[in-house]
Amino acid sequence: MGINFLDFEQPIAELEAKIEELRHVTSSGGVDVDLQEEIGRLQAKSDRLTRSIFGKLSPWQITQLARHPQRPYTLDHLSRAFTEFEELHGDRMFADDRALVGGLARLGGRPVVVVGHQKGRDTKERVRRNYGMPKPEGYRKALRLMRLAERFGLPLITFIDTPGAYPGLESEERGQSEAIARNLFVMARLRVPIVSAVIGEGGSGGALAIGVCDRLLMLQYSTYSVISPEGCASILWKSADKKEAAAEAMGLTADRLQRLGLIDELILEPLGGAHRDVDTTSAALGAALERHVAALAAKPIDQLLAERQQRIAGFGAYTEVAG
Amino acid sequence: MAWFENIVPSRIKTERRSRSVPEGLWIKCTACDAPLYRAELERNLHVCPKCGHHMRIGARERLQRFLDPDTGTEIGAGIRPEDPLRFRDSKRYKDRLSAAQKNTGEQDALVVLAGALEGMPIVSCAFEFQFLGGSMGSVVGERFRRAVDHAIRERCPLVCFSASGGARMQEALFSLLQMAKTSAALADLAAEGLPFISVLTDPTTGGVSASLAMLGDLNVAEPRALIGFAGPRVIQQTVRETLPEGFQRSEFLLDHGVIDLIIDRRQMRERLAQTLRMLMGRPSTVAYPMPPSDANAG
Repeated sequence: MGINFLDFEQPIAELEAKIEELRHVTSSGGVDVDLQEEIGRLQAKSDRLTRSIFGKLSPWQITQLARHPQRPYTLDHLSRAFTEFEELHGDRMFADDRALVGGLARLGGRPVVVVGHQKGRDTKERVRRNYGMPKPEGYRKALRLMRLAERFGLPLITFIDTPGAYPGLESEERGQSEAIARNLFVMARLRVPIVSAVIGEGGSGGALAIGVCDRLLMLQYSTYSVISPEGCASILWKSADKKEAAAEAMGLTADRLQRLGLIDELILEPLGGAHRDVDTTSAALGAALERHVAALAAKPIDQLLAERQQRIAGFGAYTEVAG
Repeated sequence: MAWFENIVPSRIKTERRSRSVPEGLWIKCTACDAPLYRAELERNLHVCPKCGHHMRIGARERLQRFLDPDTGTEIGAGIRPEDPLRFRDSKRYKDRLSAAQKNTGEQDALVVLAGALEGMPIVSCAFEFQFLGGSMGSVVGERFRRAVDHAIRERCPLVCFSASGGARMQEALFSLLQMAKTSAALADLAAEGLPFISVLTDPTTGGVSASLAMLGDLNVAEPRALIGFAGPRVIQQTVRETLPEGFQRSEFLLDHGVIDLIIDRRQMRERLAQTLRMLMGRPSTVAYPMPPSDANAG
C-alpha cells in the first residue's frame, strides 16, 4: 500500500519516491549490487529524516496525523487485536448508525463488549459512515450495548475517533443533546469495567459520549479536546486560519494531556505514525487494553464504581478560598 | 473615574452593575420593540408585558426571585477559576476572566443557592450568561457537583436554570470533562431518589445542553428559548439549506418530544413548587374544589 504523505512529510516523500524508483530499476534489470547499497543508504537517510521530523511535531501536525486518511480505524483494530467479533446493529428505536459500530468480541480470550466510532476509507464508505459523526441513534445504539455489557458482566471497551457528533437538522430533531447526556449519565455508574482509547480524533461531546471510563488510553498521535482547532480558531480568533495557534493553545495532544494528568497511558506508535504499520499499532493497543481490563476486572465491582466516581468528581482545575 | 464613582449615590452604582438590563429608565423590548418602563419590566421578571417575550435575566436575580425571600445561602462561592493551560488567543484567558468578573460581579458562570421554595427546602442554581457566555469550565462543574452533594445531604430536590453557550474553550479538555462530572453527579442524585428539574432558558446549547441540562427528571423550558446541541450557524453550514422557522426553539423541542413542558417565567415558582411537592410526596397546598351541594341533590 502506498503511503499518503502529509505536507510536512514532503522531504520524506521525495526520498521514498527515489527509493521506489531504484527498486523498480533493480527488479526490472537483474541485481545490481551498487544500487542495493544506494537503496540501503537512502532508506537509512529516510528513517533518520522521519525520526527528526517526528521528533518535533507541532500540535497541528499531530492533528493532521490523527485525521490521516490511512489511519487505522476501530474495525481495523478489532480485526487485529481481538479474536472473534460479532457486530451488533441498531438502537432498537430508529435506525442503525454506521458512524458508530459495536458488538461482542474477545480480547485475549476474554469476552468483552466493544463500541467505537467508525470512519470510512473511500468516498463511498465515508459517506456511509457519515465521516465518523454519529447521530442520536448511534449514541443510543452504544447505550444499548453498554446495557448489554452490564447485564452479562462483560467489560466495556470504547474506541474514540470522531470529529464530533453530527450537527444536522435530524440530529436536533431526535435529541442529540439528550442522547449524549444519557450516555454520560449511564456510564458513570455502569457496573462493569470501562476502558476507553482515543485512536484518532477525540472531538468534543461526540467523543466523550462513549468516553466516560475507568482508564483512558491515547495513541501517541491522537488528539482529544472540547472543540476542533478550526472551530476554536473561528470562535476565539474569528478566523479558521488560526487553527495552528488554536491547536497549540488547546493542548490536545496525547503527550500534553499526559503531562496534565488527564490520561492514564500513552501508547507509542511506530515511526511515521500508526498507518505506517497498522499491525504493530494494533498489537500495542491490544496488549495495553488487555492489561488494563485484567486489572480492573480483578476489583470488586463496588470498589471499581467508587473509584470511578472519585475519578470523575476530581475532574477540573480550580482553587478554593475561604468563604 | 474613581473620584466620580465615589460621589455617585450607591443606589445608582448598583444599577450600573446590574447587567441583565441596559441602563436607562426606559428600554425597548428586544422582540416587539415596545418601549417598556424598566421598573415595571423588572417587576415582571424581565418578561415583556406587551408580547410576553422572555428577556435574559442575571443568575443571582433569577435565584433570589425564584426562592422564598431571604432564604438563599450560597454554596461553593469560594471556588475560583484557574488557567491550567495558560490559554491565550487574541486575549489571555486570565484577562478575559478578570473582565468577566468585573462586569458581572461573579467569580464564574454558575451561582448555587440553598434555600426554600414555598417553604420546601431546595437547592437551586443558575448560569450567568453574561459571564463568558455562561460557559462551563472547572468552577461550574465543581459548584454543580457541590449543589448535588448538598441536595443529597439535605434530602431535597435540585433545580437548575441553564443559560450557556456550552463548554468553555479556554479550559479545553478540562471543560469537556465537566460534562461527565455534572452528569455523574446527577446519576448519584437519581440513585438517591431525589428529583432534578432542569429549566432550559435562552440560550442552552453545546456541552451544557448535552450534559446536565437534558438530564432532568423533568426538562422544562421557558417559551421560545434557543435550545440545541449544535448552534444554528454550524448546522446551516453543514446542511446548506435554510432552517425551518422556529427550529431549535422550546416549542420545536416540545413537538419533537425532547422536553416535558414549557412554563412561563411568571408561573415558574408556583408550578415547580406544585410539581416538586408531588415528586417528593408532600401534601398539596391547593384546596380541592368541592362539588356544589346541589349537584348531589336529586
